[in-house]
Amino acid sequence: MRSIDDLDKRILSGDVRAAARLMRLIDDRAQRARTFLSALQPHTGSAYILGVTGNPGSGKSTLVNQLIHQFRARDQTVACIAVDPTSPFSGGAILGDRVRMQDHAGDDGVFIRSVATRGHLGGLSRSTPAMVQVMDAMGYDVVIVETVGVGQDEIEIVRLADTSLVVLVPGLGDDIQAEKAGLMEIADVFVLNKSDLPGSDRLKREVQTMLSLYRATDGDDPLPAIVQTSATGKQGLDELVAAIDDHRLALETNRPTSVRNRNRCAHLIRAIARTELDILFDQKATSKRFDDLVDDVEKGKIDPYTAAEKLTRWLTE
Amino acid sequence: MTSKDNAPTTYRILIGKPGLDGHDRGAKVIARALRDAGFEVIYSGLHQTPEALVQTAIQEDVDGIGLSILSGAHNTLMPDVVRLLAERDADDIFVFGGGIIPDGDIPALEEAGVRAIFTPGTPTTEVIDFVQRTCDEKYGRDQG
Ligand SMILES: Nc1nc2c(ncn2[C@@H]2O[C@H](COP(=O)(O)OP(=O)(O)O)[C@@H](O)[C@H]2O)c(=O)[nH]1
Ligand SMILES: [Mg+2]
Repeated sequence: MRSIDDLDKRILSGDVRAAARLMRLIDDRAQRARTFLSALQPHTGSAYILGVTGNPGSGKSTLVNQLIHQFRARDQTVACIAVDPTSPFSGGAILGDRVRMQDHAGDDGVFIRSVATRGHLGGLSRSTPAMVQVMDAMGYDVVIVETVGVGQDEIEIVRLADTSLVVLVPGLGDDIQAEKAGLMEIADVFVLNKSDLPGSDRLKREVQTMLSLYRATDGDDPLPAIVQTSATGKQGLDELVAAIDDHRLALETNRPTSVRNRNRCAHLIRAIARTELDILFDQKATSKRFDDLVDDVEKGKIDPYTAAEKLTRWLTE
Repeated sequence: MTSKDNAPTTYRILIGKPGLDGHDRGAKVIARALRDAGFEVIYSGLHQTPEALVQTAIQEDVDGIGLSILSGAHNTLMPDVVRLLAERDADDIFVFGGGIIPDGDIPALEEAGVRAIFTPGTPTTEVIDFVQRTCDEKYGRDQG
């Protein structure tokens, strides 16, 4: 690999190797990533960002593979960030989403990047928003982000994506109700995948019922569409793309690009600041000074609230 | 933590299955062992062409590629990957291999640029040590 001094220029000229390297610097929170990202910033804002969330095994990666086919068929270029969990024990990870996206190996109009959470909760890695910026700056028409898919607190994707798909599958039992409540507000489109399996129609009725309970039809946002698909059987994919297009159209009518770019900038600033705070917090909360604070609380000299206030103040000194 | 030098905080390895054979048990054992040793492992899935593997390695910015081949086609597939990496200006990505590979084939593979060959029965720890050492050397890190 050549010197990395001109990464930004190479990325803007479409050099995948350079982009892949910058993404790694971002993931590693390297200082150098910053200058390159600033240089790319003016070139961002034109990619359409599609989020895909849903339980592990619901078929997200298989669906993404099919969606890439659909977008490629109308000559759009596609980048994808697929997030998988980091092992809390070793810090390592097996990133296997690509296995389901093999169809596109060899297609230069498709750039897939696997990312590990590296301890970050919320369904994405800390690095995901900045990585999306890199792909956006390279000129990809669509950037798809596949989240880890554990838990219902994966709201970060909503802030990042223009359109968020929530993937559900039939036959998971009744306790799913509570979980779905959390997802009602996230989804722009519900994808009822594995509709080749029994129970898909019932699931559809459940989602409709839940929606009428949790989402009002007034306001800017249209009620989410519900689409039944079989990613493995290649069923319902045209309908899914139509639903995504509809949402995009509604979004562009109600919230023009300038507004969405503003929202995205706000999100990016928050994500960067939060990362910086995390790092700082980890440093301060493991310092010698912090040990002394713990001593004080342990001996009853001060209470935990006062101690926490002190710790908080150290963050801004 | 924030890294300031050129070395990454986490090494990334692609485990690839080029060619026709459908047996990925060995590949998965190595992938899990690497994960347990703290590596980020990208798994390609079965039946990948050398071109596809090299494209994946570049998109994923991995440090090395491990190729698992049981079909007998190692003499063409492994050197192909090394050659394609060089053609794409990516020969800093090292290549190692495993599978049913006759001892007699190994010198020619190493000559072609494959950094190490592991035959069946090699303890997993030996593979992990090799990958760790080769990554450390790549970034000029001392062995701890
Ligand atoms: N029956 C059926 N299986 C599917 C469908 N979509 C995906 N699968 C299978 O579900 C499993 C998990 O798929 P994957 O895409 O890896 O799910 P992810 O964990 O959400 O990314 C795989 O075995 C897929 O083949 C579908 O529409 N119908
Ligand atoms: Mg997946």
